[in-house]
Amino acid sequence: MKRAKRRYLALQLEVEGIPSEREIMDSIWTAVTKLFGEVGASLTGLTMIKFDVERRIAVIRTSLVSLHSVRASLATITSIAESDASVHVLAVSGTLKALYDRIE
Amino acid sequence: MKRQFVDLHLRLNLKDQKTSQRIIIKAEKLGYSKVGIPNQETFAEQINNLGLQTNIDFVSRIDYRPRNQEDLTRFLRKYRRKYEIVCVQCENKETARQAAKDRRVDLLNFPSLDYHRRFFDKAEAELSSKCQTAFEIDIKPLLVLEGPPRTRLLSMLQREVALALRFHVPIVISSGVFEEKFLRKPRDMASLGLLFGLGEKESLDAVSTNPSTIIDRNREKLSSSFIAPGIKLLKEGK
Repeated sequence: MKRAKRRYLALQLEVEGIPSEREIMDSIWTAVTKLFGEVGASLTGLTMIKFDVERRIAVIRTSLVSLHSVRASLATITSIAESDASVHVLAVSGTLKALYDRIE
Repeated sequence: MKRQFVDLHLRLNLKDQKTSQRIIIKAEKLGYSKVGIPNQETFAEQINNLGLQTNIDFVSRIDYRPRNQEDLTRFLRKYRRKYEIVCVQCENKETARQAAKDRRVDLLNFPSLDYHRRFFDKAEAELSSKCQTAFEIDIKPLLVLEGPPRTRLLSMLQREVALALRFHVPIVISSGVFEEKFLRKPRDMASLGLLFGLGEKESLDAVSTNPSTIIDRNREKLSSSFIAPGIKLLKEGK
């Protein structure tokens, strides 16, 4: 079976307070589900890789085929854990190593 | 060449200096090189008053909701040469058609929530295509709406964008925001184009090449050396 290609995204969060990884993922899942429905969201294979609390940079993983859908959904996020928030994509990469190189 | 990103619709109230400064600084940080600020009478003066040290290129823009054809013509005669971008908010079919076929109009904008007053149909697209009047899409409603209203808006946008692409009408994606929290990076804003049927390149063009072309064209026309399209005054004899 052919291995599914993935993409890693570094996200800059602008939010008051410090949300937990769970709260961040909940808001991402909610945004994707609202735009693409439950079936669409299930195909994205979203996973939280790391959350740097100090710099407020989250690294997530998604499947390559749903990269555009995830990116569009991230742009529609206006709150995380009931606080006003916005999410900006800092970098997209095929490997974690290259992603960290870009955001360092 | 590196893309230069433009947000043609940053709804700032320049009299509120603190908020304006914050939003402009953020826009620069997010990667915009040009921003359009609507309806500022003493535009240059107010921008200077902000005392900002930015590399952002400010574009003067006027938005108008004409009542009828005569009102629109009168408005264009009075303001076309004072502003770099002229946007017509089409509230009825008569003004929408007139705006689409008038070369002095740069952008057509339609009310996001009133679906009966979105007149971007085949006839409108055909007229806009002849005069290269661009179709502007504000992303703010997509961020604030939820559920059925957003679904309905997306459905309208998908239909309108398909028509715009079919008739080669330039599409411009703008933020239409007046709050910092709704500002998005240009590429994130472009990614929303996917939701209404734009491809990756077309979406990026809608936040860079298309608005830049309009600005450059109008700046050339507004310059004192402009005589006619393709003809400009190089040197005056004695």
